[in-house]
Amino acid sequence: MNAGLTALVEQATSALMPHLILAPIALPLLTAALMLLLREEQQRLKLVLNMLSTALGLLVALALLLWSNQPGATSGMGVYLAANWQAPFGIVLALDRLSAMMLVLTSLVALASIVFAGARWHRAGVHFHPLFQFQLMGLAGAFLTADLFNLFVFFEIMLAASYGLLLHGSGRPRVQAGLHYIAINLAASSLFLVGVSMLYGITGTLNMADLAQTIPLVAAADRGLLHTAAAILATAFLIKAAVWPLNFWLVPAYSAATAPVGALFALMTKVGIYTILRLWTLLFSSEAGASALFGSLWLIAGGMLTMAFGAVGMLGSQRLSHLAGFAAILSSGTLLAAAGFGQNLLTAGLLYYLPSSTLAVAALFLTADLIDRWRNDGASYAPFEQADNAPFLNAELVPTEGLNLDADEEVLIGRVIPAAAALLGLAFLVCTLVIAGLPPLSGFVGKVAMLSALLNPLGLGSSAGTQPGGPGWALFALMVATGLLALIALTRAGIRHFWATHDRVAPQLRVLEGLPIAALLALCIALTVLASPVMRFTQATADALHSPGTYIRAVMQAKPIADPTTPGNAAAPQEAP
Amino acid sequence: MEIVLVIAIGVLTGSGVWLLLRPRTFQVIMGLSLLSYAVNLFIFSMGRLGLAIDKEPVLRAGVPQDLAHYADPMPQALVLTAIVIGFAMTALFLVVLLASRGMSGTDHVDGSRARDVQEMP
Repeated sequence: MNAGLTALVEQATSALMPHLILAPIALPLLTAALMLLLREEQQRLKLVLNMLSTALGLLVALALLLWSNQPGATSGMGVYLAANWQAPFGIVLALDRLSAMMLVLTSLVALASIVFAGARWHRAGVHFHPLFQFQLMGLAGAFLTADLFNLFVFFEIMLAASYGLLLHGSGRPRVQAGLHYIAINLAASSLFLVGVSMLYGITGTLNMADLAQTIPLVAAADRGLLHTAAAILATAFLIKAAVWPLNFWLVPAYSAATAPVGALFALMTKVGIYTILRLWTLLFSSEAGASALFGSLWLIAGGMLTMAFGAVGMLGSQRLSHLAGFAAILSSGTLLAAAGFGQNLLTAGLLYYLPSSTLAVAALFLTADLIDRWRNDGASYAPFEQADNAPFLNAELVPTEGLNLDADEEVLIGRVIPAAAALLGLAFLVCTLVIAGLPPLSGFVGKVAMLSALLNPLGLGSSAGTQPGGPGWALFALMVATGLLALIALTRAGIRHFWATHDRVAPQLRVLEGLPIAALLALCIALTVLASPVMRFTQATADALHSPGTYIRAVMQAKPIADPTTPGNAAAPQEAP
Repeated sequence: MEIVLVIAIGVLTGSGVWLLLRPRTFQVIMGLSLLSYAVNLFIFSMGRLGLAIDKEPVLRAGVPQDLAHYADPMPQALVLTAIVIGFAMTALFLVVLLASRGMSGTDHVDGSRARDVQEMP
């Protein structure tokens, strides 16, 4: 039955390929456009539309994942020639295992966050739903595109939507954090443009696959300029990936954002990681001649400094949402440092660690919101956290019927789950286990995979005599140490929130709020249980990343569809108008 | 021509970065604008075969159709997109700037009434 279903899905997907690659971008775009036409009063309809579209997006992403992973001659690469132009001339969308995995991860986190937002947060301001969908569109586009300038455009779509989402709910802390967030991202966009245009000036192409082909052939005199361009471009991505010292914007912004937005933003740092992983393995692979593995040490050093910063920040955090923000930085640093080694097995480990840590951090953002509300009698901020009267959640701002977000009023709408406190406690415990990397959950499996790859770079049993170098040992030690620090910080927070004596009533949750957290954490547990197939998948992904020939060939050799109206007439000379 | 362009980009970038690091929000937005002008000029200068001086921008009869005789169209396309996006982002930043000014009563980027910042009337 299960195998039959899989076969059916594969058949349907194959029939729709390569056009299905466009769906993760087109679906949110159309949904958002439709929702813009609806009046602001129709929040419920928009919510339903948003959920449906995100769920459909998840199905599409899963189908693409299955398709990319099927054993066969396609080598897991799908190429969509937008506007039917041959590769280096037109914009190309390319799907491989890595992009499919990121798409599924995006849809999962997005679905959890929109369900959570449906309980109350989506009413805290206007245009939440269209912005949410545009954000998904930007994310999907960034994961799918195979063209550098197109990547810039999708980055800007993603960022523009994220500015709006960050400001959702308004209030002074959000506007203040938003101001910094926008300023740093505009500066990063300038760097992005400089890097992209320099790469074009040197190589004459912006297609990633074509760039990878051209870079080994760049003249020796231009090599320094090429590396400068790559470094400037990488700086733009490293700002997104929150590498130290370019990450001071992250914690204020992510913790000021409403909880579902914070959970969605847990993905945004991963976009930076994804682009670095994608471009670095493609452009500076071991086959890139004189530029092979350029910048490897920088990535490792930057990643390790970020790890240390994140772990110390977690120790110093007083608020749970700050803790979650620093946890995002820690996971980002771990991924970057591991990626910098450019080592097959290590990449496979980090690709396992990536989804599990993203899911856990997203769940922590959601849980933190509920715990804060519980602690502060229904408000997200304790009275002492509000310097002056923030208009956020002001009743005047959102005159929606049935809205009850005020701290003074007693009962929040919804059914009381008797086990609410237990759910919050358990959720926090699972988040702690995954983020700190303790057994038995997926954080541990991911860390062990990476640590084992550091010690046995050629695989278990065949690495006798090889020693990890200085950076390897440093990363090994840091991974263990940051795990310990994260554990201390999270345990301390857990004791303060769950074990300390207090005279609070039991937390009141709605099912819509408990469900997404439980689902995200269940996914972490599922990742643990299914560790073997998932690791096989990430290993295949890492293999493909480190032998970019497949990607380059698939993109460069994709054939445009022949014009059906003029058969055999395609080569006819065109008259200039 | 090159030296003029280089000086223009350099001056714009320098002033942009300096303004970006100033404590007032209006200075920051001016800095970002100058920076984006500098970047746009920079993109133009990154065409293949260097700066296009005295070259046709649009196809014209009788001119051989290669890059030696035409300006590289690619940077123009990039600049057009960059200008549009940069313009939209500046407008959005302006709105946030005004919101911040309204909420905190000061135009300091941190919204704090720091001692070195004069209170706005």
